[in-house]
Amino acid sequence: MAGLELLSDQGYRVDGRRAGELRKIQARMGVFAQADGSAYIEQGNTKALAVVYGPHEIRGSRARALPDRALVNCQYSSATFSTGERKRRPHGDRKSCEMGLQLRQTFEAAILTQLHPRSQIDIYVQVLQADGGTYAACVNAATLAVLDAGIPMRDFVCACSAGFVDGTALADLSHVEEAAGGPQLALALLPASGQIALLEMDARLHEDHLEQVLEAAAQAAQDVHILLDRVVRQHVREASILLGD
Amino acid sequence: MKETPLSNCERRFLLRAIEEKKRLDGRQTYDYRNIRISFGTDYGCCIVELGKTRVLGQVSCELVAPKLNRATEGILFFNLELSQMAAPAFEPGRQSDLLVKLNRLLERCLRNSKCIDTESLCVVAGEKVWQIRVDLHLLNHDGNIIDAASVAAIVALCHFRRPDVSVQGDEVTLYTPEERDPVPLSIHHMPICVSFAFFQQGTYLLVDPNEREERVMDGLLVIAMNKHREICTIQSSGGIMLLKDQVLRCSKIAGVKVAEITELIQKALENDQKVRKEGGKFGFAESIANQRITAFKMEKASIDTSDVEEKAEEIIAEAEPPSEVVSKPVLWTPGTAQIGEGVENSWGDLEDSEKEDDDEGGSDEAIILDSIKMDTGIEVSDIGSQDAPIILSDSEEEEMIILEPDKNPKKIRTQTISVKQEKAPNKKPVKRRKKKRAAN
Repeated sequence: MAGLELLSDQGYRVDGRRAGELRKIQARMGVFAQADGSAYIEQGNTKALAVVYGPHEIRGSRARALPDRALVNCQYSSATFSTGERKRRPHGDRKSCEMGLQLRQTFEAAILTQLHPRSQIDIYVQVLQADGGTYAACVNAATLAVLDAGIPMRDFVCACSAGFVDGTALADLSHVEEAAGGPQLALALLPASGQIALLEMDARLHEDHLEQVLEAAAQAAQDVHILLDRVVRQHVREASILLGD
Repeated sequence: MKETPLSNCERRFLLRAIEEKKRLDGRQTYDYRNIRISFGTDYGCCIVELGKTRVLGQVSCELVAPKLNRATEGILFFNLELSQMAAPAFEPGRQSDLLVKLNRLLERCLRNSKCIDTESLCVVAGEKVWQIRVDLHLLNHDGNIIDAASVAAIVALCHFRRPDVSVQGDEVTLYTPEERDPVPLSIHHMPICVSFAFFQQGTYLLVDPNEREERVMDGLLVIAMNKHREICTIQSSGGIMLLKDQVLRCSKIAGVKVAEITELIQKALENDQKVRKEGGKFGFAESIANQRITAFKMEKASIDTSDVEEKAEEIIAEAEPPSEVVSKPVLWTPGTAQIGEGVENSWGDLEDSEKEDDDEGGSDEAIILDSIKMDTGIEVSDIGSQDAPIILSDSEEEEMIILEPDKNPKKIRTQTISVKQEKAPNKKPVKRRKKKRAAN
């Protein structure tokens, strides 16, 4: 590979982070007044926006209503200006569909859907700038948005990506590290119990290293949880001050 | 056509069997079904049968202009199609979720893992490269499409031969198969998907679920590995919660299975090559066994029935005699007596009571009496037939008509006098089953 060193001898990555270090995370809840819940998150340069509507009546065919739980509908959209080259993405293309399915799977497991039978919860995620770790940013943004909407969940859903270079597991990959072609793992977990809601891995990784990478991703997701928790508490504190408690 | 929903009792049956580590087809938890690989007459065409799931794979190639940002690499294109031939539920408009999921998984497994050397597909950098297209068609759906499809794809790619090309300066010569032998693709490794189905919130797991097991599963974990134990793809789907050690355990099992399957693939490819070289007959027509139009016919297994009678007599002689059920008649008032314990009043749930329960309850009372001579003062309900449900109730009705599911309605009079009760011994084991009570 041309001389881009993903991990230097002193253990520094391309952007100066250490192997297990996350990028700077900034998040804001309640961004839109119109939606039931909304959130915006920045993980390094990756920026994602999530909006939640629901629970409301099923739109479209009544036949899709589930008699005992709510239907979770997720849509993922990536802005044309989100990548280095401007690329027009048709709305129903395979990658967006797949992302939508994965988000839906993640949140169906986490949201207490039994409390809202025969209704629908919509989660829309938009990526404004993609600099690696888009799935993780989407999940984190959607978690905050669902919490902002007041929909009961089992636990936070925190996600992070991880990779493997030169025998070391890296947490929270940036675009440069992803494009280098090494193995990439995306993990979404519920921090309290450590249960994995979604696990996705690409490119070749020897089985012996799997544990190390999983461990790094899980640790990174726990760190994300601490940050998201702080954001939520801050938001609630601000809201209660405004309400005059 | 919408999929027939699975009945609750079938679902419960399957889950209970899985809890007891039993599978419907007799496999163990980590066993694969039989994999059969057959090749067509052209290079690059194969059919893979995983049990009854059948996938047809066909590889074709074409010279095209490369992508702008990858000027020196060939293009790989994968497409899996689910037709209604596979299952009536696969209507053209209805299968988008499953289709997207399977296609993306196949793409990630085969393309991102770089199993094919795309640089070797380049003919003239920036102008002409080979585009390899893999088309997979599901012919029959009996569960675990992804495993069969991944095997079909990699086998078809290994089997395929592309036309030879030579470049001299600016001239590119494409040789036909008659001029020069076609050249195989350069394949680094063979990634194969292994599916794990999880049941009861991740307590039980099965390898290679068939169609019924897929319907009751909570979620699926797919691990794609090659024989060098490198993981090419992991994908969890279906909303199950996994734990880290479950994933690690599955990856170990996958390693073992992939080694077996890779060996099988190598053998099949070698066989086919040998047959072609020796000039024998090859192709699909040869691989379908004779005297079979479809593959779902089984020959009658011959059973030796010569000494069945003796065996049966032996068994009966050795078996213990059925226990005598002797119950004392209880005299409630003059004119009303009860023998045995009757079923409780079930007027309320007459509509949904299970007739079999009544049958069992009734057969408790179908006492194996040889002969009991009743005084005429005692009335005993006349049991019309072995299977008639007997409901002793306080109703004022003289006659109660209880409909049999497959017999004529028999009238059961609760006021009759019967002199003798002779019953054929109840051959079924008399089991007491707890009848569901609506409100008791």
